[in-house]
Amino acid sequence: MSPTEPVLQVRNLTKAFGTNTVLRGIDLDVPRGKVVALIGPSGSGKTTILRSLNGLETPDAGSVTVGARGTVEAADAAHGEAGARGGSGVEPQLPSLTLDFGAKVSPREVAALRDRSAMVFQHYNLFPHMSVLQNVIEGPVRVQKRPRAEAVAEAEALLARVGLLEKRDAYPFELSGGQQQRVGIVRALALKPQLLLFDEPTSALDPELVDDVLAVIKELADEGWTMVIVTHELAFARQTADEVVFMDGGVVVERGPASQVLRNPQEERTQQFVRRLLHEI
Amino acid sequence: MDFNLFWSSLGPLLLGAVKGTIPLALASFALGLVLALLVAMMRISSNKLANGAGRFYVSVIRGTPLLVQLFVIFYGLPAIGVKIDPWPSAIIAFSLNVGGYAAEVIRAAILSVPAGQWEAGHMIGMSRNQTLLRIILPQAARVSVPPLSNTFISLVKDTSLASLILVTEMFRVAQQVAAFSQEFMLLYLEAALIYWVICLALSTAQTRLEKRLDRYVAH
Repeated sequence: MSPTEPVLQVRNLTKAFGTNTVLRGIDLDVPRGKVVALIGPSGSGKTTILRSLNGLETPDAGSVTVGARGTVEAADAAHGEAGARGGSGVEPQLPSLTLDFGAKVSPREVAALRDRSAMVFQHYNLFPHMSVLQNVIEGPVRVQKRPRAEAVAEAEALLARVGLLEKRDAYPFELSGGQQQRVGIVRALALKPQLLLFDEPTSALDPELVDDVLAVIKELADEGWTMVIVTHELAFARQTADEVVFMDGGVVVERGPASQVLRNPQEERTQQFVRRLLHEI
Repeated sequence: MDFNLFWSSLGPLLLGAVKGTIPLALASFALGLVLALLVAMMRISSNKLANGAGRFYVSVIRGTPLLVQLFVIFYGLPAIGVKIDPWPSAIIAFSLNVGGYAAEVIRAAILSVPAGQWEAGHMIGMSRNQTLLRIILPQAARVSVPPLSNTFISLVKDTSLASLILVTEMFRVAQQVAAFSQEFMLLYLEAALIYWVICLALSTAQTRLEKRLDRYVAH
Protein backbone atom coordinates (compact mmCIF):
# COMPACT_ATOMS: atom_id res chain seq x y z
CA MET A 1 0.00 0.00 0.00
CA SER A 2 1.40 3.35 -0.97
CA PRO A 3 1.56 6.15 1.59
CA THR A 4 -0.60 8.28 -0.71
CA GLU A 5 -3.53 5.88 -0.45
CA PRO A 6 -6.45 8.02 0.67
CA VAL A 7 -7.75 7.65 4.20
CA LEU A 8 -10.80 9.58 3.10
CA GLN A 9 -12.55 9.56 -0.25
CA VAL A 10 -15.66 11.65 -0.74
CA ARG A 11 -17.51 11.28 -4.00
CA ASN A 12 -20.25 13.48 -5.41
CA LEU A 13 -21.72 14.47 -2.06
CA THR A 14 -24.97 16.42 -2.28
CA LYS A 15 -27.18 17.79 0.44
CA ALA A 16 -30.18 20.09 0.59
CA PHE A 17 -31.99 21.48 3.60
CA GLY A 18 -35.48 21.92 2.21
CA THR A 19 -35.08 24.11 -0.87
CA ASN A 20 -31.62 25.27 0.17
CA THR A 21 -28.98 23.16 -1.58
CA VAL A 22 -25.76 23.37 0.45
CA LEU A 23 -23.63 20.70 -1.25
CA ARG A 24 -23.67 20.29 -5.03
CA GLY A 25 -21.52 17.27 -5.76
CA ILE A 26 -18.39 17.45 -3.67
CA ASP A 27 -15.32 15.26 -4.22
CA LEU A 28 -12.57 15.17 -1.66
CA ASP A 29 -9.51 12.97 -1.18
CA VAL A 30 -7.32 13.04 1.88
CA PRO A 31 -4.21 10.86 1.73
CA ARG A 32 -2.86 9.21 4.84
CA GLY A 33 -1.08 11.64 7.13
CA LYS A 34 -2.16 14.68 5.17
CA VAL A 35 -4.03 17.76 6.31
CA VAL A 36 -6.74 19.35 4.22
CA ALA A 37 -8.10 22.79 5.12
CA LEU A 38 -11.60 23.68 3.95
CA ILE A 39 -12.00 27.40 3.57
CA GLY A 40 -14.75 29.58 2.19
CA PRO A 41 -17.45 32.04 3.16
CA SER A 42 -20.12 31.02 5.67
CA GLY A 43 -22.88 29.03 4.06
CA SER A 44 -20.48 27.57 1.51
CA GLY A 45 -21.13 24.04 2.81
CA LYS A 46 -17.78 23.29 4.43
CA THR A 47 -19.18 22.56 7.88
CA THR A 48 -21.88 20.36 6.33
CA ILE A 49 -19.19 18.23 4.69
CA LEU A 50 -17.33 17.89 7.95
CA ARG A 51 -20.49 16.91 9.82
CA SER A 52 -21.32 14.35 7.14
CA LEU A 53 -17.95 12.70 7.80
CA ASN A 54 -19.02 12.04 11.40
CA GLY A 55 -22.59 11.03 10.67
CA LEU A 56 -23.99 14.20 12.22
CA GLU A 57 -25.52 15.10 8.88
CA THR A 58 -26.93 12.69 6.32
CA PRO A 59 -26.19 13.71 2.74
CA ASP A 60 -28.85 13.07 0.11
CA ALA A 61 -26.48 11.32 -2.28
CA GLY A 62 -22.85 10.52 -2.84
CA SER A 63 -20.47 8.34 -0.90
CA VAL A 64 -17.87 8.53 1.83
CA THR A 65 -15.07 5.98 2.17
CA VAL A 66 -12.86 5.97 5.22
CA GLY A 67 -9.85 3.79 5.79
CA ALA A 68 -7.32 1.86 3.86
CA ARG A 69 -8.48 -0.93 1.62
CA GLY A 70 -7.45 -4.38 2.66
CA THR A 71 -7.27 -6.36 5.84
CA VAL A 72 -6.51 -5.26 9.34
CA GLU A 73 -3.12 -7.04 9.09
CA ALA A 74 -2.21 -5.13 5.96
CA ALA A 75 -3.25 -1.89 7.57
CA ASP A 76 -1.15 -2.80 10.58
CA ALA A 77 1.94 -3.50 8.50
CA ALA A 78 1.42 -0.31 6.54
CA HIS A 79 1.15 1.59 9.75
CA GLY A 80 4.51 0.35 10.98
CA GLU A 81 6.08 1.35 7.69
CA ALA A 82 4.53 4.79 7.36
CA GLY A 83 4.74 5.64 11.05
CA ALA A 84 1.48 7.51 10.75
CA ARG A 85 -0.98 8.20 13.54
CA GLY A 86 0.69 9.67 16.55
CA GLY A 87 0.25 8.75 20.17
CA SER A 88 1.09 5.55 21.94
CA GLY A 89 -0.46 2.13 21.69
CA VAL A 90 -2.04 2.43 18.26
CA GLU A 91 -4.68 -0.21 17.65
CA PRO A 92 -4.83 -2.25 14.48
CA GLN A 93 -6.76 -0.16 12.00
CA LEU A 94 -10.30 -0.98 11.08
CA PRO A 95 -11.10 -2.24 7.60
CA SER A 96 -12.23 0.38 5.14
CA LEU A 97 -15.82 1.49 5.14
CA THR A 98 -17.95 2.99 2.41
CA LEU A 99 -21.25 4.69 3.07
CA ASP A 100 -23.42 5.16 0.01
CA PHE A 101 -25.88 7.92 0.83
CA GLY A 102 -27.84 7.26 -2.35
CA ALA A 103 -29.21 4.21 -0.53
CA LYS A 104 -30.54 4.27 3.00
CA VAL A 105 -27.70 4.33 5.50
CA SER A 106 -28.26 2.16 8.57
CA PRO A 107 -27.49 3.24 12.15
CA ARG A 108 -24.83 0.52 12.21
CA GLU A 109 -23.06 2.08 9.26
CA VAL A 110 -23.19 5.49 10.91
CA ALA A 111 -21.74 3.93 14.07
CA ALA A 112 -18.95 2.38 12.00
CA LEU A 113 -18.22 5.79 10.46
CA ARG A 114 -17.94 7.26 13.95
CA ASP A 115 -15.51 4.48 14.88
CA ARG A 116 -13.23 5.89 12.23
CA SER A 117 -13.57 9.63 12.58
CA ALA A 118 -13.64 12.00 15.54
CA MET A 119 -14.63 15.62 15.63
CA VAL A 120 -13.53 18.74 17.47
CA PHE A 121 -16.42 21.18 17.70
CA GLN A 122 -16.43 24.93 17.29
CA HIS A 123 -18.09 25.36 20.69
CA TYR A 124 -16.10 22.49 22.29
CA ASN A 125 -19.30 20.71 23.44
CA LEU A 126 -17.57 19.21 26.44
CA PHE A 127 -19.86 17.38 28.85
CA PRO A 128 -20.37 19.96 31.62
CA HIS A 129 -21.36 17.41 34.26
CA MET A 130 -18.14 15.44 33.89
CA SER A 131 -14.59 16.25 34.93
CA VAL A 132 -11.92 16.73 32.29
CA LEU A 133 -10.74 13.15 32.74
CA GLN A 134 -14.27 11.74 32.56
CA ASN A 135 -14.87 13.72 29.38
CA VAL A 136 -11.84 12.09 27.79
CA ILE A 137 -12.38 8.49 28.92
CA GLU A 138 -16.15 8.39 28.42
CA GLY A 139 -15.86 7.20 24.80
CA PRO A 140 -12.97 4.76 25.28
CA VAL A 141 -14.55 3.18 28.39
CA ARG A 142 -18.29 3.34 27.72
CA VAL A 143 -18.34 2.88 23.97
CA GLN A 144 -15.12 1.15 23.02
CA LYS A 145 -15.23 -0.95 26.22
CA ARG A 146 -11.53 -0.58 26.84
CA PRO A 147 -10.14 -1.26 30.32
CA ARG A 148 -10.61 1.78 32.51
CA ALA A 149 -7.05 1.82 33.85
CA GLU A 150 -5.64 1.78 30.34
CA ALA A 151 -8.01 4.53 29.18
CA VAL A 152 -7.11 6.69 32.19
CA ALA A 153 -3.37 6.24 31.60
CA GLU A 154 -3.74 7.22 27.96
CA ALA A 155 -5.98 10.15 28.79
CA GLU A 156 -3.46 11.42 31.30
CA ALA A 157 -0.64 11.12 28.79
CA LEU A 158 -2.66 13.06 26.22
CA LEU A 159 -3.67 15.72 28.76
CA ALA A 160 -0.03 16.09 29.77
CA ARG A 161 0.87 16.66 26.11
CA VAL A 162 -1.49 19.62 25.84
CA GLY A 163 -0.39 20.94 29.24
CA LEU A 164 -3.62 20.17 31.08
CA LEU A 165 -2.74 17.21 33.29
CA GLU A 166 -3.18 19.27 36.45
CA LYS A 167 -6.74 20.03 35.30
CA ARG A 168 -7.78 16.38 35.08
CA ASP A 169 -10.30 16.70 37.92
CA ALA A 170 -11.58 20.16 37.00
CA TYR A 171 -15.00 20.68 35.45
CA PRO A 172 -15.26 22.38 32.05
CA PHE A 173 -16.70 25.59 33.52
CA GLU A 174 -13.47 26.06 35.47
CA LEU A 175 -11.40 26.16 32.27
CA SER A 176 -10.75 28.93 29.76
CA GLY A 177 -12.06 28.52 26.23
CA GLY A 178 -8.61 27.58 24.98
CA GLN A 179 -8.24 24.95 27.68
CA GLN A 180 -11.71 23.57 26.93
CA GLN A 181 -10.86 23.27 23.27
CA ARG A 182 -7.62 21.46 24.07
CA VAL A 183 -9.68 19.01 26.13
CA GLY A 184 -11.99 18.73 23.11
CA ILE A 185 -8.98 17.77 21.00
CA VAL A 186 -7.80 15.24 23.59
CA ARG A 187 -11.30 13.75 23.75
CA ALA A 188 -11.17 13.21 19.99
CA LEU A 189 -7.63 11.78 20.08
CA ALA A 190 -8.54 9.34 22.85
CA LEU A 191 -10.98 7.67 20.45
CA LYS A 192 -8.00 6.73 18.24
CA PRO A 193 -9.73 7.71 15.02
CA GLN A 194 -8.26 7.30 11.56
CA LEU A 195 -9.46 10.75 10.67
CA LEU A 196 -9.60 13.89 12.80
CA LEU A 197 -12.18 16.55 11.95
CA PHE A 198 -11.96 20.14 13.18
CA ASP A 199 -14.96 22.43 12.79
CA GLU A 200 -13.67 26.00 13.09
CA PRO A 201 -11.77 25.01 16.25
CA THR A 202 -10.70 28.54 17.15
CA SER A 203 -13.68 30.63 16.00
CA ALA A 204 -15.26 30.76 19.45
CA LEU A 205 -12.03 31.65 21.22
CA ASP A 206 -10.77 34.99 22.44
CA PRO A 207 -7.91 36.07 20.14
CA GLU A 208 -5.23 35.61 22.78
CA LEU A 209 -6.24 31.96 23.28
CA VAL A 210 -6.17 30.99 19.61
CA ASP A 211 -2.45 30.34 19.30
CA ASP A 212 -2.25 27.64 21.99
CA VAL A 213 -4.95 25.64 20.27
CA LEU A 214 -3.48 26.10 16.80
CA ALA A 215 -0.08 25.00 18.12
CA VAL A 216 -1.59 21.74 19.35
CA ILE A 217 -3.27 21.10 15.99
CA LYS A 218 -0.03 21.89 14.16
CA GLU A 219 1.81 19.39 16.33
CA LEU A 220 -0.73 16.70 15.48
CA ALA A 221 -0.29 17.47 11.78
CA ASP A 222 3.47 17.11 12.12
CA GLU A 223 2.96 13.78 13.85
CA GLY A 224 1.16 12.42 10.84
CA TRP A 225 -2.49 12.46 11.84
CA THR A 226 -4.88 12.64 8.91
CA MET A 227 -7.07 15.70 9.35
CA VAL A 228 -9.76 17.80 7.76
CA ILE A 229 -9.97 21.31 9.18
CA VAL A 230 -12.63 23.90 8.54
CA THR A 231 -11.00 27.20 9.38
CA HIS A 232 -10.91 30.92 8.80
CA GLU A 233 -7.30 31.16 9.98
CA LEU A 234 -5.56 31.49 6.64
CA ALA A 235 -2.07 31.90 8.08
CA PHE A 236 -2.58 28.73 10.06
CA ALA A 237 -3.94 26.91 7.00
CA ARG A 238 -0.87 27.97 5.02
CA GLN A 239 1.51 26.66 7.67
CA THR A 240 -0.32 23.48 8.51
CA ALA A 241 -2.37 22.23 5.59
CA ASP A 242 -0.99 20.18 2.74
CA GLU A 243 -3.96 21.04 0.62
CA VAL A 244 -6.43 23.91 0.75
CA VAL A 245 -9.91 23.51 -0.68
CA PHE A 246 -11.85 26.71 -1.31
CA MET A 247 -15.63 26.26 -1.41
CA ASP A 248 -18.40 28.61 -2.29
CA GLY A 249 -22.09 27.97 -2.86
CA GLY A 250 -21.83 24.23 -2.28
CA VAL A 251 -19.11 23.56 -4.85
CA VAL A 252 -15.34 23.34 -4.75
CA VAL A 253 -14.12 26.45 -6.54
CA GLU A 254 -10.41 25.83 -6.26
CA ARG A 255 -8.07 23.39 -4.64
CA GLY A 256 -4.36 22.85 -4.51
CA PRO A 257 -1.26 23.09 -2.34
CA ALA A 258 -1.81 25.53 0.51
CA SER A 259 0.81 28.02 -0.62
CA GLN A 260 -0.59 28.13 -4.14
CA VAL A 261 -4.27 28.57 -3.27
CA LEU A 262 -3.62 31.12 -0.56
CA ARG A 263 -0.80 33.11 -2.17
CA ASN A 264 -1.64 32.84 -5.78
CA PRO A 265 -5.29 31.90 -6.22
CA GLN A 266 -6.42 31.35 -9.79
CA GLU A 267 -10.15 31.83 -9.43
CA GLU A 268 -11.66 35.25 -8.91
CA ARG A 269 -13.90 34.15 -6.05
CA THR A 270 -10.90 32.71 -4.22
CA GLN A 271 -8.94 35.87 -4.78
CA GLN A 272 -11.74 38.00 -3.36
CA PHE A 273 -12.17 35.75 -0.35
CA VAL A 274 -8.48 35.57 0.48
CA ARG A 275 -8.01 39.30 -0.02
CA ARG A 276 -10.95 40.11 2.25
CA LEU A 277 -9.76 37.84 5.05
CA LEU A 278 -6.20 39.12 4.80
CA HIS A 279 -7.48 42.68 5.00
CA GLU A 280 -9.26 41.86 8.23
CA ILE A 281 -5.95 40.79 9.76
CA MET B 1 -58.53 22.29 73.05
CA ASP B 2 -57.59 19.04 74.61
CA PHE B 3 -53.80 18.80 74.52
CA ASN B 4 -53.80 15.35 76.00
CA LEU B 5 -55.68 14.26 72.93
CA PHE B 6 -53.06 16.02 70.74
CA TRP B 7 -50.29 13.94 72.28
CA SER B 8 -52.22 10.70 72.45
CA SER B 9 -53.34 10.99 68.83
CA LEU B 10 -49.89 11.99 67.56
CA GLY B 11 -48.72 8.35 67.60
CA PRO B 12 -51.53 6.98 65.44
CA LEU B 13 -51.30 9.93 63.05
CA LEU B 14 -47.54 9.55 62.60
CA LEU B 15 -48.08 5.84 62.10
CA GLY B 16 -50.59 6.72 59.38
CA ALA B 17 -47.97 8.95 57.78
CA VAL B 18 -45.23 6.32 57.98
CA LYS B 19 -47.40 3.42 56.85
CA GLY B 20 -49.71 5.30 54.51
CA THR B 21 -48.87 8.79 53.32
CA ILE B 22 -45.12 8.40 52.82
CA PRO B 23 -45.00 4.99 51.09
CA LEU B 24 -47.97 5.98 48.95
CA ALA B 25 -46.24 9.17 47.84
CA LEU B 26 -42.86 7.48 47.29
CA ALA B 27 -44.23 4.55 45.30
CA SER B 28 -46.46 6.76 43.18
CA PHE B 29 -43.69 9.26 42.53
CA ALA B 30 -41.19 6.58 41.50
CA LEU B 31 -43.64 4.88 39.13
CA GLY B 32 -44.85 8.25 37.92
CA LEU B 33 -41.32 9.34 37.03
CA VAL B 34 -40.68 6.21 34.99
CA LEU B 35 -43.96 6.78 33.19
CA ALA B 36 -43.13 10.46 32.72
CA LEU B 37 -39.76 9.65 31.16
CA LEU B 38 -41.43 7.29 28.69
CA VAL B 39 -44.08 9.84 27.81
CA ALA B 40 -41.46 12.59 27.50
CA MET B 41 -39.54 10.41 25.05
CA MET B 42 -42.74 9.83 23.09
CA ARG B 43 -43.38 13.56 23.02
CA ILE B 44 -39.92 14.41 21.64
CA SER B 45 -39.84 11.52 19.17
CA SER B 46 -40.45 12.14 15.50
CA ASN B 47 -42.97 9.28 15.41
CA LYS B 48 -46.34 10.99 14.95
CA LEU B 49 -48.32 8.19 16.59
CA ALA B 50 -46.14 8.12 19.71
CA ASN B 51 -46.14 11.87 19.86
CA GLY B 52 -49.93 12.07 19.55
CA ALA B 53 -50.48 9.37 22.15
CA GLY B 54 -48.20 11.16 24.59
CA ARG B 55 -49.91 14.46 23.97
CA PHE B 56 -53.36 12.91 24.48
CA TYR B 57 -52.35 11.29 27.75
CA VAL B 58 -50.90 14.51 29.15
CA SER B 59 -53.98 16.43 28.07
CA VAL B 60 -56.40 14.02 29.78
CA ILE B 61 -54.41 13.87 33.01
CA ARG B 62 -53.96 17.61 33.26
CA GLY B 63 -57.49 18.36 32.14
CA THR B 64 -59.35 16.27 34.73
CA PRO B 65 -59.39 16.46 38.55
CA LEU B 66 -57.26 14.00 40.45
CA LEU B 67 -60.22 13.12 42.68
CA VAL B 68 -62.26 12.19 39.61
CA GLN B 69 -59.38 10.04 38.29
CA LEU B 70 -59.21 8.30 41.66
CA PHE B 71 -62.96 7.65 41.73
CA VAL B 72 -63.05 6.37 38.15
CA ILE B 73 -60.38 3.80 38.99
CA PHE B 74 -61.77 2.69 42.35
CA TYR B 75 -65.54 3.14 42.05
CA GLY B 76 -65.92 3.25 38.25
CA LEU B 77 -63.88 0.35 36.95
CA PRO B 78 -65.81 -2.34 38.92
CA ALA B 79 -68.78 -1.47 36.67
CA ILE B 80 -66.88 -3.01 33.76
CA GLY B 81 -65.62 -5.89 35.88
CA VAL B 82 -62.26 -4.47 36.90
CA LYS B 83 -62.05 -4.48 40.66
CA ILE B 84 -58.90 -3.07 42.20
CA ASP B 85 -58.13 -2.82 45.93
CA PRO B 86 -57.81 0.62 47.59
CA TRP B 87 -54.01 0.68 47.81
CA PRO B 88 -53.26 -0.35 44.23
CA SER B 89 -56.06 1.95 43.03
CA ALA B 90 -54.47 4.87 44.80
CA ILE B 91 -50.99 4.06 43.50
CA ILE B 92 -52.29 3.71 39.94
CA ALA B 93 -54.20 6.98 40.07
CA PHE B 94 -51.36 8.96 41.65
CA SER B 95 -48.71 7.48 39.33
CA LEU B 96 -50.76 8.29 36.26
CA ASN B 97 -51.27 11.80 37.59
CA VAL B 98 -47.59 12.39 38.37
CA GLY B 99 -46.72 10.87 35.00
CA GLY B 100 -48.79 13.46 33.18
CA TYR B 101 -47.35 16.48 34.96
CA ALA B 102 -43.76 15.28 35.21
CA ALA B 103 -43.70 14.26 31.53
CA GLU B 104 -43.96 17.91 30.52
CA VAL B 105 -41.29 18.91 33.03
CA ILE B 106 -38.89 16.23 31.78
CA ARG B 107 -39.65 16.97 28.14
CA ALA B 108 -38.84 20.64 28.63
CA ALA B 109 -35.69 19.78 30.60
CA ILE B 110 -34.45 17.43 27.87
CA LEU B 111 -35.11 20.07 25.22
CA SER B 112 -33.21 22.65 27.28
CA VAL B 113 -29.95 20.71 26.88
CA PRO B 114 -28.09 22.15 23.86
CA ALA B 115 -28.12 20.08 20.66
CA GLY B 116 -24.30 20.11 20.74
CA GLN B 117 -24.45 17.73 23.70
CA TRP B 118 -26.35 15.13 21.65
CA GLU B 119 -23.82 15.61 18.86
CA ALA B 120 -20.84 15.22 21.19
CA GLY B 121 -22.39 12.03 22.59
CA HIS B 122 -22.88 10.68 19.07
CA MET B 123 -19.38 11.81 18.09
CA ILE B 124 -17.77 9.65 20.76
CA GLY B 125 -19.84 6.76 19.43
CA MET B 126 -22.78 6.62 21.79
CA SER B 127 -26.18 5.42 20.66
CA ARG B 128 -29.25 7.58 21.15
CA ASN B 129 -30.17 5.80 24.38
CA GLN B 130 -26.63 5.91 25.75
CA THR B 131 -26.41 9.61 25.00
CA LEU B 132 -29.77 10.18 26.67
CA LEU B 133 -28.81 8.30 29.83
CA ARG B 134 -25.17 9.38 30.21
CA ILE B 135 -25.13 12.86 28.71
CA ILE B 136 -28.58 14.42 28.43
CA LEU B 137 -30.54 13.24 31.49
CA PRO B 138 -27.86 14.19 34.03
CA GLN B 139 -27.96 17.72 32.64
CA ALA B 140 -31.75 17.72 32.37
CA ALA B 141 -31.94 16.58 36.00
CA ARG B 142 -30.46 19.83 37.19
CA VAL B 143 -33.11 21.85 35.39
CA SER B 144 -35.97 19.65 36.46
CA VAL B 145 -35.28 19.36 40.19
CA PRO B 146 -37.25 22.50 41.19
CA PRO B 147 -40.41 21.73 39.18
CA LEU B 148 -40.28 18.00 40.03
CA SER B 149 -39.94 18.91 43.71
CA ASN B 150 -43.14 20.90 43.36
CA THR B 151 -44.82 17.89 41.82
CA PHE B 152 -43.63 15.67 44.66
CA ILE B 153 -44.72 18.08 47.37
CA SER B 154 -48.15 18.39 45.77
CA LEU B 155 -48.35 14.63 45.61
CA VAL B 156 -47.61 14.24 49.32
CA LYS B 157 -50.58 16.48 50.12
CA ASP B 158 -52.78 14.92 47.44
CA THR B 159 -52.38 11.49 49.03
CA SER B 160 -54.96 12.72 51.56
CA LEU B 161 -57.53 12.14 48.78
CA ALA B 162 -56.86 8.42 49.11
CA SER B 163 -58.81 8.57 52.40
CA LEU B 164 -61.90 8.81 50.18
CA ILE B 165 -61.24 5.38 48.68
CA LEU B 166 -60.65 3.76 52.06
CA VAL B 167 -56.85 3.85 52.16
CA THR B 168 -55.67 4.13 55.75
CA GLU B 169 -53.25 7.00 55.38
CA MET B 170 -52.69 9.82 57.84
CA PHE B 171 -55.71 11.93 57.01
CA ARG B 172 -58.08 8.98 57.32
CA VAL B 173 -56.64 8.25 60.75
CA ALA B 174 -57.27 11.90 61.68
CA GLN B 175 -60.84 11.65 60.46
CA GLN B 176 -61.43 8.51 62.49
CA VAL B 177 -59.99 9.98 65.70
CA ALA B 178 -61.93 13.21 65.13
CA ALA B 179 -65.22 11.39 64.61
CA PHE B 180 -64.66 9.42 67.78
CA SER B 181 -63.54 12.35 69.98
CA GLN B 182 -65.54 15.11 68.24
CA GLU B 183 -62.34 17.26 68.35
CA PHE B 184 -62.40 18.17 64.63
CA MET B 185 -60.39 21.38 64.84
CA LEU B 186 -57.60 19.79 66.86
CA LEU B 187 -57.24 16.69 64.74
CA TYR B 188 -57.35 18.43 61.37
CA LEU B 189 -54.84 21.08 62.49
CA GLU B 190 -52.67 18.30 63.82
CA ALA B 191 -52.81 16.53 60.46
CA ALA B 192 -52.06 19.83 58.71
CA LEU B 193 -49.04 20.35 60.95
CA ILE B 194 -47.62 16.93 60.08
CA TYR B 195 -48.10 17.53 56.32
CA TRP B 196 -46.35 20.83 56.73
CA VAL B 197 -43.38 19.30 58.56
CA ILE B 198 -43.02 16.62 55.88
CA CYS B 199 -43.08 19.26 53.16
CA LEU B 200 -40.53 21.41 55.01
CA ALA B 201 -38.21 18.41 55.11
CA LEU B 202 -38.75 17.90 51.39
CA SER B 203 -37.95 21.54 50.66
CA THR B 204 -34.69 21.21 52.56
CA ALA B 205 -33.86 18.06 50.62
CA GLN B 206 -34.63 19.92 47.39
CA THR B 207 -32.21 22.73 48.25
CA ARG B 208 -29.45 20.26 49.03
CA LEU B 209 -30.06 18.32 45.84
CA GLU B 210 -29.96 21.53 43.79
CA LYS B 211 -26.66 22.50 45.40
CA ARG B 212 -25.24 19.07 44.64
CA LEU B 213 -26.28 19.21 40.99
CA ASP B 214 -24.95 22.75 40.68
CA ARG B 215 -21.39 21.79 41.53
CA TYR B 216 -20.36 21.65 37.88
CA VAL B 217 -21.91 24.96 36.86
CA ALA B 218 -20.32 28.39 37.04
CA HIS B 219 -21.81 30.62 39.73
